[in-house]
Order: sequence, then C-alpha cells, then structure tokens
Amino acid sequence: MGALFTKDTQAIFWNNNASAIQRMLDYDYVINRVKPSVAAIVAPTSGNKFEKFFYGPDEIMVPVFRNTVEAAAAFPKADVLLNFASFRTAYDVTMEAITIKGQFKTVMVTAEGIPERLARKMNQAARDAGVVVIGPATVGGISPGAFKIANVGGTIENIVNSKLHRAGSCGLVTRSGGLFNELSNIISINADGIAEGVAIGGDRFVGSVFIDNLLRMERNPEVKYMVLLGEVGGTEEYKVIEAVKSGLIKKPIIAWCIGTIAKHFSSGVQFGHAGASANADAETAAAKNIAMAEAGIFVPASFNDLPKTIADVYTKLRNEGIVTEIVEPELKTVPKVRRKKEFICTISDDRGDEATYAGYPISSVATPETGFGIGDVISLLWFKKRYPKWATDYLETVIKTVADHGPAVSGAHNAKVTARAGKDVISSLVTGLLTIGPRFGGAIDDAARYFKYANDNGMTPAQFIDYMKKEGKTISGIGHRIKSVRNPDLRVSGLKKYAAEHFPATPLLDFALEVEKLTTSKKDNLILNVDGTIGILMVDMWRALGYSESDIDGFIEAGALNAFFVVGRSIGFIGHILDEKRLGMPMYRHPTDDILYNVEMADEI
Amino acid sequence: MAQRAIREYDGKAIFSKHWEKYFSGFHYGFKSVLVTNGDDLRAKAQEHGFEWLKQEALVAKPDMLFGKRGKNDLVLFRTNKPGDVTLEEAASWIDAKIANETILLSGQKGTLTHFIIEPFTPHSQDQEYYISATTVGEDDVLYLSAEGGMEVEEGWEEKVNEVTIPITMDDASIAHLIRANVPAGIPAENKERFIAFAEQFYKFYRDQNFAYLEINPIVMVGNDMHILDLVARLDDTAGFMMGEAWCGAEFPTAFGMEDQSPEEKAIAEADSKSGASLKLTILNPMGRIWTMVAGGGASVVYADTIADLSGNVADLANYGEYSGGPTTGETKFYAETVLDLMTRHKDPKGRDKILIIGGAIANFTDVAKTFTGIIQAFEVYADRMKAHNTRIYVRRGGPNYEKGLKDIKEAADRLGLYIEVYGPETHVTDIVRMALEK
Repeated sequence: MGALFTKDTQAIFWNNNASAIQRMLDYDYVINRVKPSVAAIVAPTSGNKFEKFFYGPDEIMVPVFRNTVEAAAAFPKADVLLNFASFRTAYDVTMEAITIKGQFKTVMVTAEGIPERLARKMNQAARDAGVVVIGPATVGGISPGAFKIANVGGTIENIVNSKLHRAGSCGLVTRSGGLFNELSNIISINADGIAEGVAIGGDRFVGSVFIDNLLRMERNPEVKYMVLLGEVGGTEEYKVIEAVKSGLIKKPIIAWCIGTIAKHFSSGVQFGHAGASANADAETAAAKNIAMAEAGIFVPASFNDLPKTIADVYTKLRNEGIVTEIVEPELKTVPKVRRKKEFICTISDDRGDEATYAGYPISSVATPETGFGIGDVISLLWFKKRYPKWATDYLETVIKTVADHGPAVSGAHNAKVTARAGKDVISSLVTGLLTIGPRFGGAIDDAARYFKYANDNGMTPAQFIDYMKKEGKTISGIGHRIKSVRNPDLRVSGLKKYAAEHFPATPLLDFALEVEKLTTSKKDNLILNVDGTIGILMVDMWRALGYSESDIDGFIEAGALNAFFVVGRSIGFIGHILDEKRLGMPMYRHPTDDILYNVEMADEI
Repeated sequence: MAQRAIREYDGKAIFSKHWEKYFSGFHYGFKSVLVTNGDDLRAKAQEHGFEWLKQEALVAKPDMLFGKRGKNDLVLFRTNKPGDVTLEEAASWIDAKIANETILLSGQKGTLTHFIIEPFTPHSQDQEYYISATTVGEDDVLYLSAEGGMEVEEGWEEKVNEVTIPITMDDASIAHLIRANVPAGIPAENKERFIAFAEQFYKFYRDQNFAYLEINPIVMVGNDMHILDLVARLDDTAGFMMGEAWCGAEFPTAFGMEDQSPEEKAIAEADSKSGASLKLTILNPMGRIWTMVAGGGASVVYADTIADLSGNVADLANYGEYSGGPTTGETKFYAETVLDLMTRHKDPKGRDKILIIGGAIANFTDVAKTFTGIIQAFEVYADRMKAHNTRIYVRRGGPNYEKGLKDIKEAADRLGLYIEVYGPETHVTDIVRMALEK
C-alpha cells in the first residue's frame, strides 16, 4: 500500500523516444523484471506495427499503436502513461488518457511550457478522475528495483552507482530533474539510497505537488524518512509544514529550498524554473528554509551541508533500528556491445532439441494420433494460434474445394505448357501460380474485402449494389457462367451447410445472401459463387474467433485469402504437371490458325 | 517562458480586436496611439483616422510597464486646467521627458521611450469602477469594486469583492457567482450593466490567456466604456495557440532594467533557435567568479553557494545555464561568450579569476560532447584566460562523464591552464568551496 509503482507496473509510452525506452528496458533487465516496463508505444504518425529494442543481450518487439485508446485496449493492465508529447499536444494526450475509464493511475508529462490555463485544467481533470499527474516539465520518478520512468537516473552505470537499482529507505521529492539525480547520488553516498522518488516538475502549475508525494510516502512502509528539495517561489512547502505540525506526517523530513541567491537581486533575474520566482517574502527560499526548520524539519545551513544532514538523520534511524541493513540483490549486466538482428521470426524455432511450429514440436502435430490436421498446422504457422476444430475443418474444406478446376483455366494451362516444354516441376508449378491474381483466383480476396467493407459501413444490400455500380466494379463473388438459382453450385451448398452447422454465427454470409436475393432477382445466374462464399465465410470465421475488424482487414491486405487458393490450387497444378510427364506429351505450339494476325508496317517518326 | 507584461497600448488593442465578440452591447472607441517621440505623435496626427489628436484634449503618459504614473507626476492631462492639453503640448512634453533620465519614487531610473496618448475623458469619481482578474493558486480570481482609481488601492480589503472561480467551473455557474458577488456600492441603474460587463471581462481574460488583467479605473457612461488605465500580463506559453489574437504584442523589458547586453541577446537568440536551453544573465561584469553550469536546478544551487561562501555576492559575475542536450557548436558558442566576458576586466583587487564548470549528474545530456564545445572555446581563449590567472574547477556526472572529464583535463593541461576536475563522488557544489579556499 502506498507505493507509486511495483515490479509489475507497465507503461504505455506516448511518442517513440527510442533512447528513453531503451534505458527503461535496460533497467528492467538489470533488476530482473519479469515483464518489460514498456508495454506499448503510441506513435500517431508511425506506420510501424512494432519497434525493436534490446532486452539484455537479446532483442524484443514492443508493439506500436496509432493512438492511446487502441494501446490501452490491447494492454488494459498498463496503468502508467508516459506522455512525451510536445508542449503543443501534451494537454490533449493527457486529457484523452484520463477519459479512458479505469486505465491509467499515473500520467507523467515531460513537456515544458504547456500553456498555464491548459496545465491547470489538465491537473484538475486528473485530480477529479483520481489520476496522479507527475509533471509537466519533469524527468519523472522511480521506484528503485521496480519501475523507472524514462531517463530518470541517467545511464545504467549511474543508476547502479546511485543505488537506484534497489529500494533504499528514503523518499525523495524534488522540483528539478537534474538535481533529482544528484540527490539520489548524495543519498546513496550518505545513506542507503531511495525507496521512491519523484521530480514534480519545474513549471508553475504541476499535477502532483510536494505534499501529495510526501503523504503517499508517509503511507509507504518502505519509506523511513523523506528528503524534500524545494525552490524559491510558490507556497507548496508551507503545506508540508502544516502536515508536519498537524501530525499528518510523522516520518523525519530533511528539506532545503534552493534559490537563496534571489534575495540579492531585486527583480528581473529569473533564477531557474518558470515556477521559481518569489511574489512575496514568504515565497523566498530563505523564509521557507526558516519556516521549515521551525516546524521541526531537518534543514541544513546551506546546500553544501545537505549531505551531512542526510548522513546524521540516516545514522540516527539506523541506530534506532528503524532502518536495517539492505541485502544487495544480484544484478544482471547489460552487454557493452549489442548487435541488432537483421531478421525476425515469430512463427517457428529450430534452435532447441526439436523444431517447433508456434511452440508445438513438429512430432506433436505430425502423426494422425496427435489429432492435428493440415488445418491445424496452417493455423499455427500462418496465424500463430491453435484454432478450434470447426475452424481448422473449414480451412481444410477450403483447400480441398479449390484444389483443382480442370486443365482449361489459365494457371493449369500455363503449368501444362511449361511441363511440355520439358521444364521441371518447380518451374512448371511457378508459371501456373504466377497467373493467380486479380482475374484468376482473386475473387476470394475481393469478395471478402468488398462485402466486409459494405457490412462494416452499415450499408444495406441495395446500397451496396448501388455503391459498386458507382465505383464501376462488378461485385466479386457474385455470378457464375453456368450455375444459377435453379441449378445451384453444389460446392457452395456444401460450404453453406457446413457453416450453418458448425460456425457460431455467419453475419457476413447472411448479408451476402441478402445481396444475392437482389442480384438473382435481376438475373438468374448472379448467384453467390464459390469464391465469394469462401472469402466471406473466412471473414465470419475470423470474427467468431475473436479477431478485431482491423486484424481481419490486415489478413486480407496481407493476402492470406489468396494464400489459401495458392496452397489448394498447387495440388491441382502439380497433378497436371505430373500428368504431362506421365503422358510424355511433346512441346506445345499454338496453331497459327487460332491467332488473328493484324500487323501493319510501322510508321517512321 | 512565463507570465510576461505587455504595454497598456497592446492590452487595449487586444480588447479592441475582440470587443464585438465579448462586449457587443457596449461601446469602446480605442482611441489610443503609441509613440516614441514628439515628431512621431505629430506625424500620427496627420494620418486618416487619427484626426482626434488635433481635435480633442489629450492625455499623455509613459507606457513602459510601471504603475503609479500619477503619483510620479508622469501623466500629462492639464496645462492650465484639466483637459486642455493640445497635440503640440503633448508632443513637446514627450520630447522633454525623453531628453533626460527619469527617476521614479521607487528609485528605479532610466530613460522613457514609449508613450501612450489618448483623448481626455471628462468624468466624475462616481463613474469610476475597478475590475481585474488573475490566478491565485489553482483558481482564477476576479476582483470587483464600485470605486476606481487611486481610491481603491487605499482600503482594498473593504472596497473590493473577490470572486474565486475554479478552473473547471462552467459558464452558468460563473455567471451566477459573479451576480452574487457584485459590489454593493454599484448604483442600481448600472448594476445589470456592470454584471454583464464583469462576466464578459472574465471570459475575455480567460479565453485570451491573460495571466493578469486590470482596468483601473474603468469609466461607465451608459453603455460607453472608457478604459482609462490598463495593466496586463500574458501567459506567453500560450503564444503558439493565439496567433493574431494578441495583435503582435511585444514583451518589453521592465523600465529601469538595464537593456540586455549584446552577449545576453546573442545567447537568448541562440536559445530561441535551439531545442536545448541556453540562458545567460550578467550580474556584475567586473565579478571574479564566472559560472558555466548545466541544468536549471544546478545553476541555482551554484549561485546560492557562491553567494553563501564568497561572503560577497558581487563576486558572482553571471548567472546562466545550458541544458537539454545542446550541440557541440552551441556549447562552444556559449563558452566563448562567457570566456570573452570573463577576460575583459582585471579583478580590481588583483585576485585570480575563477571559472566554475559545474553540473549535477545528467539524465541524458552527453557530457563528453558538451565538453568538446567548451574545450574548443578554451583553445581560442587560453592566452586571455592565463593573462587573468584563471583557475578552472569542473564537476559533472552523467552519460559519458569519465571521457568528458579526461578530455577537459588533458586539454587544459596542454594549454597550460589551471584546472581541477571532479566527478559524482564529489558533492555537486563542493568545488565552490575548494575554489574559494585556495
């Protein structure tokens, strides 16, 4: 209770600040965190789906999202937002984050110079929503041994030197980020390091102030005493004085306000941060230092004496047994030289005893008694998921359905011609496959794409037909050369029957059948054909498996539907090639009387 | 970047630009001109739209951010009797004022350079009201009084109603709150008008990102509003959102403040063009101790410690900082500027010059890289630094600090400069003690 962050805390990092993220992950590795502290990155202008970072000697992939809402939906447990947006957009980013119910407990804002009115609104909205804002204009904070925000603590060497890799017994609060590091160092030299620390930020209006942090530290049993580094300007230190006087804070506090220099210069010289300018005598550093000392806070004679005061208080607590010896934890070390990997593989791994498909050893999927069919293997290697039986059966049905469609179609014809030219199986197969595209086999892709688009956008069947007419496109998946309502395609009937019996729901097929009703009322052969049925049911399958619409769009864009056709039809092509080899057919030459020759003399230009 | 004062003229120009949007039931003439000398004013009077300068009795006063102009006898509104000042008299008066140094009752002194000229507005004391708004803590506060002018400042507690408006309050509640707090002294026939104006005044203050806005007095004659005296500060961090709304208002240096030196201006300009932060203020050009400190917080700590330990704040020559990862080129320029200033004057008592190159443990600034810039500046200024018996004390930590410290030590040794270097194991300000004890 009371700790700002734990070893399980995960953050969403707004802006792809690669060096800061890498420092967080280096820290995670050194302190033996189980999960990386950065769950996801939000980068509105990035086209990437992930960024690679080092995790110790290896690399990991951190997913990238275009906005905070999507990132939060994917990582509902990431309750810290590290807002590294510029002063122009930091306000909007924080406000959006606050409205995501139940997501963020802490938002850290690094931008300096957010308009004051916006900063005040942001801070108030956060308080009302129970969200702790650290900043603006801060380097952040740290719970040593658990979670570190971005650049706090600097390099990994300094972190270890300043004992920021494991919890000590001091709670540290500063305004300045640069001095935060310095104070951590001083506390590590003169005491046993810090248990938790926050740099609240240098702007005039910051979200969490000294007292908010000190009260939390008072409740945190890991914190045995606090160090507060204040500044000239503002009255926040007086709230701390009140809390000490009223007994709300009982743990010892060591404090110093910097900016005593300001008394020597009447006005006009801005020393330090925007918040640092005294508007009244009570706001001067000297007045605050005196008032704090009078309240019983430990205040050194000057900043130069601060280390001694810390050592004195620490030694006293040590002698009283309040602070005990810390057992130094084992640390991992980050290699000095690390090489980025050129390739990434997320589907299979041949490094162990036995190669695996998405984690499944090949022997565990290969033989019949494993219960795995080719549909299961496809679901593992193509989609990195184990699909339920109704889905893998569907995948196999598709492959069987598209395996061949006779020798006359362009792909089979090409394969046969190539085989008869004396070429090998691979060359012949490839010439067949190369014909697969928008006109041959492509209807599966296009049917899935267009029917889904219509359905996603709430079009009625009639609106969809109008839309396609306006686009000047025939509706892929509708129409057959011979088959019609009265002479149905039995392949389609089989697929529909299977789906009706085994799919949890078929909303897109239902929509397509409504479309078919309208098209067949115009012309009898404008039926939903086999390509359309396959593509549309594939979408219904993915929906029923819980994929998001954007995931499914991604599958279609990547060509996954085409891929089923490629795999299935390869079986047929190979059949035709082997057939040619078996028959020993000679070289094929197309008869000239089947060609219309219409060649004119070329003009000279 | 902070709250910054603007001229009265610019404040009124912003009012005028947005008048119809906020104060459509009221009338405001915005008859004001800003000039820097008598001829400037005479020329303005020839322009179309400014005929009133020749036709009406005028009031002239300096427009240089300081108040209490009446008490300082710096408001020209009478020659023989109130309201008889002509264009020529105003122009001559301005020329007389700019010819000599002006000393205010507060002791501030300097040369007047900017004047605002407006028509004389005859009115009675009971037509004067007071209104202002600012931020107190996290809230906005609107101050309202039935008495304006100098009257209100004497007896503030009794005469002024304070209306505290939380940042998230909606417009309907704000209207209700203002109505409930209208000063009792406002006469019945003006009450509704005053409430309506106060409400719109607050929204104007809020929407235009003022940090402080005061009209004292505001004179209400029916629906005619006369803004007789105005003080305003803008939150300049909001500048990027405001565009033309601020009418190009400038942020002048306060009267009596020395204008910035060319060196300070050069650093300020480099700062505005850089993603990093570069700040320089010269406190005493003859000072003995010069600082080149990284970081906003650390720079203050060094200044504090130098003042504490030297026993004489006049020894501290400058205040400044560089932070946020400046490039080598930027650091070189910054260092050269400081070294040049440091080696212009011999210490009057013949003592050594002390150069403090300080800083806390950096979070992400590459120490070796920034020190490279400083070393390049040493190479240019080494002879002059030696001529001033400069002793250099370095303390720094952070990324790549070992290399930075080694490089700067080697460079100083090679150039024959006295140097001591320390890392994070030494307390951040302890080099000040070492430098002063030697």
